[in-house]
Amino acid sequence: MYDFAHTLRNFFMSLDRAQIQSIAHLARLNLSEAEVPVYQESLSRIVDLVSQLEGADTVDVVPMAHPLPGLAQRLRPDEVVETDNHETYQRNAPQVEAGLYLVPKVIE
Amino acid sequence: MFKKTLAELARGLRAKEFSSVELTRALLKRIDESQPALNSVISITADSAMAAAAAADGQIAAGTAKPLTGLPVLHKDIFCTKGVRTTCGSRMLDNFVSPYDATVVARLRQAGMIMLGKANMDEFAMGSSNETSYFGAVKNPWNPALVPGGSSGGSAAAVAARLTPMATATDTGGSIRQPAALCGVTGIKPTYGRVSRYGMIAFASSLDQAGIIALTAEDAALVLNVMAGFDPHDSTSVDAPVPDYTATLGDSLQGLRIGIIQQFFDAGLDPAVAAAVRAALAVYEQLGATLVEVDLPALPLSVPTYYVVAPAEASSNLARFDGVRFGYRCQDPVNLEDLYKRSRGEGFGAEVKRRIMTGTYVLSAGYYDAYYLKAQRVRQLIAQDFARAFANVDVLVGPTTPTPAFALGAKTADPITMYLNDIYTIGANMAGLPALSIPCGFAAELPVGLQIIGAHFAEARLLNVAHQYQLATDWHRRVPLVWAE
Repeated sequence: MYDFAHTLRNFFMSLDRAQIQSIAHLARLNLSEAEVPVYQESLSRIVDLVSQLEGADTVDVVPMAHPLPGLAQRLRPDEVVETDNHETYQRNAPQVEAGLYLVPKVIE
Repeated sequence: MFKKTLAELARGLRAKEFSSVELTRALLKRIDESQPALNSVISITADSAMAAAAAADGQIAAGTAKPLTGLPVLHKDIFCTKGVRTTCGSRMLDNFVSPYDATVVARLRQAGMIMLGKANMDEFAMGSSNETSYFGAVKNPWNPALVPGGSSGGSAAAVAARLTPMATATDTGGSIRQPAALCGVTGIKPTYGRVSRYGMIAFASSLDQAGIIALTAEDAALVLNVMAGFDPHDSTSVDAPVPDYTATLGDSLQGLRIGIIQQFFDAGLDPAVAAAVRAALAVYEQLGATLVEVDLPALPLSVPTYYVVAPAEASSNLARFDGVRFGYRCQDPVNLEDLYKRSRGEGFGAEVKRRIMTGTYVLSAGYYDAYYLKAQRVRQLIAQDFARAFANVDVLVGPTTPTPAFALGAKTADPITMYLNDIYTIGANMAGLPALSIPCGFAAELPVGLQIIGAHFAEARLLNVAHQYQLATDWHRRVPLVWAE
């Protein structure tokens, strides 16, 4: 059982502000100044929670690759089965022109 | 009419006691009137439902109806529905109209079921209280100051308030069983791969599984009969025969070996919940079952394992929301990176961002082995514990949740206390096992759920074990007072 009271008493931030900003950048998430300390605290708590795994003896244990024993990802024959539906799909796009998705200019 | 189970409604339709049009109209009205109090749905599809009900009545009259023709279903808003807004409880998909049907939706439509609307849910199924929904929290029909559980909180609340006899739901770490328990209804998460994930918006692909929230195990069996089965569109769908789940509901439990999971009766378990579960075990003994204590030593590591594996997979799955192809886009992006970052920062809610960042962190260079690979090893240990247990017992039993429903806002400040609500449900997801929750009594006038976990593909056994209990008890017939009229 996770000892929350113990953690509260002994809590220190295992992640610093710069790490949170770096993680947010990797995840392509814009965080406001006010959000950074909120995530610093909650992610530090989560890292603290998952650090319990360190204590588990996993010598010679194979990492689980599929939830069902003995099963692996199935492959399908390499055949054309999809038809061209781009007009239907692009109806959900924020900005489209001449069948192309529009984004801000990438190359100056 | 609204208190009837699917099986009873099917008989009523055949006997012409009422029509599908009358049933559908009555439930649509009930849903509409319940919204200010419960907020259990995001969209109501009244026009298409009435048209489908009229068609169903034609088939019933012509004698061409299937077993579920004309019966209602509410779909969790995580399932894509062609031509109908599919939000996943997120601002990111506020205006998304799905161009295709999820396999679950298509199968139930082909079976003749009538879609009433789309159920509210925690954003991207990330939550245990339904408070992370962009469309507002769902209220528990037993007490509107309490949460219904999550993430399938809209599905569970709607069934509990008798707005629909059945709703679809999904379960990544307990999202079918936990709200079913907190709302006093029946919920089944089938074996991983038993039901197609195609068109079900992905959260954690190695854990996600579609299932059912209903009033009885018998109703769940009726629906699972058409919902389960191989789907070439889902690469993890299992190509194995689907039995008739209703055929074995009546089997005797004489000689059934029930394993009682010792790790579930821990210090965090509410004594009143424990008492209700113990009383249910006594009922099983009277039905001829033998109780065996079972030790699953790695199981207490389920929560920390889950909070590595699930966020890791979520951070990858949710990378597709880029503000370019579909979904929310921020105003006036100055460049492509700004477009990505602000669309995602503004389109996702706080809990979704927390999970994406957790996943990004545990997968990042230098941390992958320590967190992700380690968690996948511990996950193997948990699965091995279950496999050893099923060599000696037929099913495993324990509480679904440590406590009954808690107050709205009580656990939103600290994510860890919220995460610990799923402490008993996550194990089955880790090992890909089927599991269900049925009402087994009350604690402080709130419903308590009994969890039954089976071996891989043992859904028929689970439903049989649940059905026999429901023949011997009437907890599943209890209706919250304000919703009984």
